[in-house]
Amino acid sequence: MILPLDIILLIFLVIAAVLALKLRDLLSATMVFSIYGFLICLIWAEMGAVDVAFTEATVGAGISGALMIATIFKTARKSSD
Amino acid sequence: MMEWMKTTIVPHFNFWIYVVIMMLGLWAAIGKNNLIKKLIGLSIFQTAILLLYVSMGVKEGASIPIVDETMGEAAVDFMAQGGGGAGATAFPINPDLFANPLPHVLMLTAIVVGVATLGVALALCQVIFRDFGTLEEPEILNQIKTIQDDV
Amino acid sequence: MQKLFATIAVIITGAILLNAVEDFPRFGDPHSPPNSGVSGGSVSSSVHYLQNTYLDTRVPNVVTAVLADYRGYDTLFETAVILTAGIAVFAILRVVRREDEEESAGSEEKACSGEFSTSDSDGEGRHRVVVGTTCRVVVPLAQLFGFYIIAHGHPSPGGGFQGGVVLGTSFILIALAAGLGSALGRLREDMYLRLACLGVFIYAGIGLLSLFFRRNFLDYGALSGLLQTGGEEMARSHGIFGVELGVAMTVTTVMFALFANLSTRGELKGGL
Repeated sequence: MILPLDIILLIFLVIAAVLALKLRDLLSATMVFSIYGFLICLIWAEMGAVDVAFTEATVGAGISGALMIATIFKTARKSSD
Repeated sequence: MMEWMKTTIVPHFNFWIYVVIMMLGLWAAIGKNNLIKKLIGLSIFQTAILLLYVSMGVKEGASIPIVDETMGEAAVDFMAQGGGGAGATAFPINPDLFANPLPHVLMLTAIVVGVATLGVALALCQVIFRDFGTLEEPEILNQIKTIQDDV
Repeated sequence: MQKLFATIAVIITGAILLNAVEDFPRFGDPHSPPNSGVSGGSVSSSVHYLQNTYLDTRVPNVVTAVLADYRGYDTLFETAVILTAGIAVFAILRVVRREDEEESAGSEEKACSGEFSTSDSDGEGRHRVVVGTTCRVVVPLAQLFGFYIIAHGHPSPGGGFQGGVVLGTSFILIALAAGLGSALGRLREDMYLRLACLGVFIYAGIGLLSLFFRRNFLDYGALSGLLQTGGEEMARSHGIFGVELGVAMTVTTVMFALFANLSTRGELKGGL
């Protein structure tokens, strides 16, 4: 574990989480949510948890984003807040 | 003030960030109006908890929890030759060199179960949109109330 | 009003949690209680897993061995949860329209927002140029890589879950490139429902097979007579691999089922 890299990635993580919740266009919010998943994968890879990072990269950043975009396509795209 | 910061925040800096992310997710799950935003908030909450568990298994200077085959074979030979005698605990694999594998196992299950429940939740969102025409919570509650008043 | 309530709840919960943060062990401490046990008390079970995994199962990847052998019961029910999620989405969303209801279905399309550019409603013959050509190269590589991840769960990071998700996304790529109809032509609905149940059946079946040899449920060492291996360790290694195959089958089909049902609002016609 590399401590400065950990701190920088965690700060990016907080920024990505705030942004995913603040954007009103749901398609952009889903994309930032996928970015959030990839940052979590990077944090776990440098902590030495390679199996968990692998699973999060495929499941959290790949499948989650695809399912949410599929749902947003069939329902509303803009949210009121 | 500086002393308090040095003793409490700096050694546990990453745990503070995990709590901040957890509270962001909780605030979104309660306070946002759109159903998809609530789902994103719940997922953020879940990943913060996963971060908390996995970071309890980190060891400084440790490698990934895959026992090298040569090191494993040496342990097998050591045990086959009688080991260190009855009751000895001096196995040749030093556990301080490998990350703790148990939190990884538990969190693998949690991630996959999380995405399965996300799929079911998104299906429910589609059914709600088909019935009410909107995904905003105040409008849905208003429509339910007018239906109940008519009945 | 609701946001005010949310803010108050978050501040109170956050203060309570931050108060407890000081009691956590130092980040990266190799002698904290989860990592090496309490001195003078019991040893942490992860020390036991790290030292004994290769001796018991001949599998270098400790996480795969603990997931499928030492804690195999939890993984069986996790696979059952994934199957249940696939069945639940099928039960919630799936509608089968008769031919004469097709015209009334057209009016529902207006309810969906028009900010996306309209695509052809026919899912059969559509073929996008850029995405289609890229997927023609990527999909076979992705499937090969998915099989590799499943097969190499023992010496390297990987295993059933990760490989199953990569295989599922290869089918989703086909659906995005050439229409959901062509992806369903390769993996029909009744086939993927049966394969999903077959995956859980394989996992539980290997466990039941150990019961027939008068050992515990999910004790893979009982298979050493059946598989003609020398000792029980290789039987456990093969048992772990068989179990991962079952998990991969279920995960692949359920991921594709989730996408197919969600992207067409249950009708399996049309799509993104």
